[in-house]
Amino acid sequence: MSEAAGGPADISLTIGGDAGQGVESSGAGFSLALARAGYQVFSISDYQSRIRGGHNFYQIRAANYPIYAHSDPPHLLVALTEESVEVHAARLAEQGGVIYDASLAGVERLVEEAGALPFPAPLAEIAERHGNRVMANTAALGLAAAIIGLDLAPVVGVIEQRFGEKSKELARKNAQVAEDAYAFGLERYAGIFRYKLPPPPAAKPHILISGNEAFSLGAAAGGCRFIAAYPMTPATSILEWMTYRAKELGIVTKHAEDEIAAVCMAIGASFAGARAMTATSGGGFDLMVEALGLAGIVELPLVVVEVQRGGPSTGLPTRTEQSDLLSVIHASHGEYPKIVLAPGTAVEYFECGWRAFNLADKYQTPVIVVADQFLAGSPRTVPADALRYESVQIDRAKTIPPASLPRDSVASGLLAHPNGSNGGTGNGAIHEAGHYLRHAFTEDGISPRGLPGDPRTIHALTSDEHDPEGHITENKEIRVQMHGKRMRKLELARAEMRPPSLIGEPDADLTLITWGSTVGPAREALALIAEHGLRANLLHFCDIWPFPAEKVMPLLAGVRRSIAVEQNYTAQFCRLLRMETGYKVDHAVLKWDGRPFSPQEIAASVLEEVGARA
Amino acid sequence: MPEVVAERRVSIKDYDNKVRPSWCPGCGDFAILSSLKKAFVDQGIAPHEVVVVGGIGCGSKLPNYLRAYGFMTIHGRPLPVATGIKLANPDLHVVVVDGDGDGYGIGGNHFIHTCRRNPNITHVVQNNQIYALTKGQYSPTSDYGFVTTTSPEGAIERAINPTALAFAAGATFIARAFSGDPKHLTEMIVKGMQHRGYALIDVLQPCVTFNKVNTYDWYEERSYKISEEEPGYDPSDRDAAWKKANEWGERIPLGVIYQNPEIPPYEESVPGLSGGSIVPRSYEGIGKEAFERLKKSYM
Repeated sequence: MSEAAGGPADISLTIGGDAGQGVESSGAGFSLALARAGYQVFSISDYQSRIRGGHNFYQIRAANYPIYAHSDPPHLLVALTEESVEVHAARLAEQGGVIYDASLAGVERLVEEAGALPFPAPLAEIAERHGNRVMANTAALGLAAAIIGLDLAPVVGVIEQRFGEKSKELARKNAQVAEDAYAFGLERYAGIFRYKLPPPPAAKPHILISGNEAFSLGAAAGGCRFIAAYPMTPATSILEWMTYRAKELGIVTKHAEDEIAAVCMAIGASFAGARAMTATSGGGFDLMVEALGLAGIVELPLVVVEVQRGGPSTGLPTRTEQSDLLSVIHASHGEYPKIVLAPGTAVEYFECGWRAFNLADKYQTPVIVVADQFLAGSPRTVPADALRYESVQIDRAKTIPPASLPRDSVASGLLAHPNGSNGGTGNGAIHEAGHYLRHAFTEDGISPRGLPGDPRTIHALTSDEHDPEGHITENKEIRVQMHGKRMRKLELARAEMRPPSLIGEPDADLTLITWGSTVGPAREALALIAEHGLRANLLHFCDIWPFPAEKVMPLLAGVRRSIAVEQNYTAQFCRLLRMETGYKVDHAVLKWDGRPFSPQEIAASVLEEVGARA
Repeated sequence: MPEVVAERRVSIKDYDNKVRPSWCPGCGDFAILSSLKKAFVDQGIAPHEVVVVGGIGCGSKLPNYLRAYGFMTIHGRPLPVATGIKLANPDLHVVVVDGDGDGYGIGGNHFIHTCRRNPNITHVVQNNQIYALTKGQYSPTSDYGFVTTTSPEGAIERAINPTALAFAAGATFIARAFSGDPKHLTEMIVKGMQHRGYALIDVLQPCVTFNKVNTYDWYEERSYKISEEEPGYDPSDRDAAWKKANEWGERIPLGVIYQNPEIPPYEESVPGLSGGSIVPRSYEGIGKEAFERLKKSYM
C-alpha cells in the first residue's frame, strides 16, 4: 500500500471463520459497500469442499486506482474464530490489526505474538443488545468500517437491502448493530490504525461482478436460450444464474441427471435451433468428451464452459488451477474442428458469453470456453460501461431461420445461394434432385443449416461418416472430401482468432506470458518487477485454439526473454506454444497449490527465476 | 384412445428416402420401420414435424432409413438428445428408437430419469435380447443362462425387466408390442404418441442372425394380447399394472400395461417455455431493458 497523500492507495482485509459462519455473505456485502463507496474492489473467496466447519476466508482489496487482482499482505483481519487468528495474523502487513470478539479467550496473546494490533470488541454483546448474537458478523463489519475509515452509509445501505429482502425488522436490527459497532470503533481504534482508505476517487460507475456472472450476462445478451448442466464446483453458479432468471428471460434451464445427459441435451436443443450450452468443471467435462466429437461430425453448434479446478480426479474441488488446457484442446477421439477460448478478465469472459455462440453458429462446431475458479468466483469491480449492451452481437451465420421469423428472405437466400453458388446441382449446391443437402460441399466448408420443423430442409444427422445428404457412407472419396470439408472450417476459424494482447510497453527486458486468469495478478506484477530495475511487459492469450500462430510469431520475434506464468505442473501453455510455433519459452513460473497467484508472488517468483533478486 | 384423424394428406411415400436398410433379411427392424411410418401417416403428421432420434445399434440406424428429421447419435444417449430437442421446440413430435443395449444398458441412467421426468417423447425399444451389431454378446435383457460370446457358459446375471423398471421409475405409459404383429405395433406407437408424456414401447424383435433362442416362434408361443385375454384390464390400476409389468417367461403380455394420463408432460412445467419454442428467440438476445436491469443488480 502506498501512503502518499492523494496518490494511489489500497487496503486489503481478510474475514476468516468457519464454514457456515457467514464468511462469504459478510465478505460479499462488505465488497459491495466498498464498491458503492466508489472504490475499485477485488475479492477472493477461499473455502473448502464442506458445508459446515473448516476454515474459510474472504479477502477484499479496495483501491482508488484500477486493480486486477487481490494483493498480499492484508492489513486488517476480521477474525470470527480463534483459528482464523492462527492462520492469518502472522501474514498481516506490519502494524496490521485484528478484529475479534473480546470474549474469545487467548486471542490477544496470539495477536501480539504475531506482531499485530489487537482490536477486541464486544461484538456478540452489541448484537445481543439488538436481539440476537448471530448478528455479531454485522458488528464486526461496522467496526472494520470505522477502523479503515469507510463511511458507514454504504455499509448500512447493503445491510438494509440484503436483510430487507427477508424482513424490515431484521434489516433495522442489523443496521443498529453496525451503527453501535461503528461508534465503538471510532472511539476506541480509529486513531490507532495506520492503514486507512484513501478518499474515494471521483470514479465513473462500476459494477461488482464475478467471472461466472459476467459470462452468464454475456450469454443471455447473446441469445443463449438453453443450458443443461450437472452441478459441479466451480461451474454451478452459471446454471444457477440462468435458472433464477429463467422465467424472466425466457431461458430453458435443465439440471440433468449427469454430465453426459447435460451435453447431449444441449446438442439436442442445438439441433432444434436453440442457442444451447452446458457448463462444468474438469471431471464433468471428461464425461462430455465423447459427445463433443458427435457435435463435431454432425456439424452442430455447441458451447461448453469448462471452469477448471485443482485436479486430477476430485482433486481440489473448490480451488483454482489451469491444468486442463491440453486435455480440452485434444478432447474427443478423431479429428474435428474445435474452438477454445480462455478469457482472463471479467470483461473477456463476458465477451466470450456471446462470442462463443457466434463462433459456434458460424462454424457449426463445439466452442469451449476455459475458465477457472479464480476467474469464475472472484467478484471484482468493472467499469459499468465495459459490459455494454451495444457491444453484443448476435450472428447466426448460415442457420436458416424458421419460417415463422420475419427473415424468410434470409432463409431463401441461404437456401438458394450457398456461398454464392446458383443453387443448382453440383458442387456448392444445397439441393440435389429435390433433396436438401445438410452437409453440402461448400468452398468454406460451412453448409447452410436447416432446422427441424422446416419443410424445406428435411434431413437426418448421423454420427457415422456421411454423404452431403447425411446418409451413412464408407465411400473412400466421400470420406476424404467430407473430412476435408469439416477441417477446412478449422483453418477458416484460425484466421479470425485474435492475437494475444500486449500489456505494457512494447520494448521490454522481460516478457511475461499468460493465458486465462493469471493475466490479472501478472499485470500488476509488472510494476513490482520494475521496482527492481527490470522493464517487463506481458503477452496475454485468450484465443487459444485453433492457435493463431501467424499472428503470434511476429510478436514473439521481438521478445528478449520470456517467462510463462501458469497454474499447473507441466507448463501446458509453453508446450502448446512450442507445438504450434516452435518457440521455446525461456522460463516458467508454475504452481499447483490451488491458490490464485497474487501480484507479489508472481513478481518474487519471476525475479528469482531470472536471477534478478538480490 | 382418442380418435385419430388424418387431417392432411400424408402418405407412406412421403416418408420414403430410398435408402436401403443395412438390416439382415428377416430382421424385426423392418416391421418397426414400416409401423413407425404408418403410425405417423395415421396421425397425419408430416415428415418435417417429426424428429426420430436413434442411438447406436442395428435398430438405432433407423433415422437414416426414412425421410423425416432424424438424428442418429452416440451409444446410449438418444434420450437426452431427444429431451433437448423437445425442450427447445415442444411443437415437434419426438420419437426415440433404440435397442435393449442402448436404452437399458449403456443408457440405463437416462432411461430411469426420462421415465420420472415425463417429457412428451415416445421411446420405441427394439428389444432382441442381444447385442447384434457387435455380432452377438449378451444384453441387459438376455435371460439368465443365455449363451453368447461374452457369456460362453451362460449369462450369470439376471435380466432387466424393462416394463417393471419403467413402472418403478415413474413412467406414465408402458406398453409392449411384437415386431411379428405390425398392426398391433402400429397401434401401440400411435397410442404412445397420443399419450401426453413419456411413453415406453418395448418391442420384442427377433434377431434372426445372432439370437437362435428368442426367435419368432419363441415369442409367438409365449406372447398374448392383454386386450384379447383380459378385456376388462384397466391400465390405470397400479396394482394390476405392477403385476402385469413383472410378467415374463412362460407368458409375455402385449399391449398397454400401464397408463397414467394425470401427470402433465415435463415441458409444460418448464418456466422458460411459457413463451413457447425457444428457437425463434435464439435469434435475439434479452433486450436492452433487461440487460441494464441485470447490470444494475451488481451496483
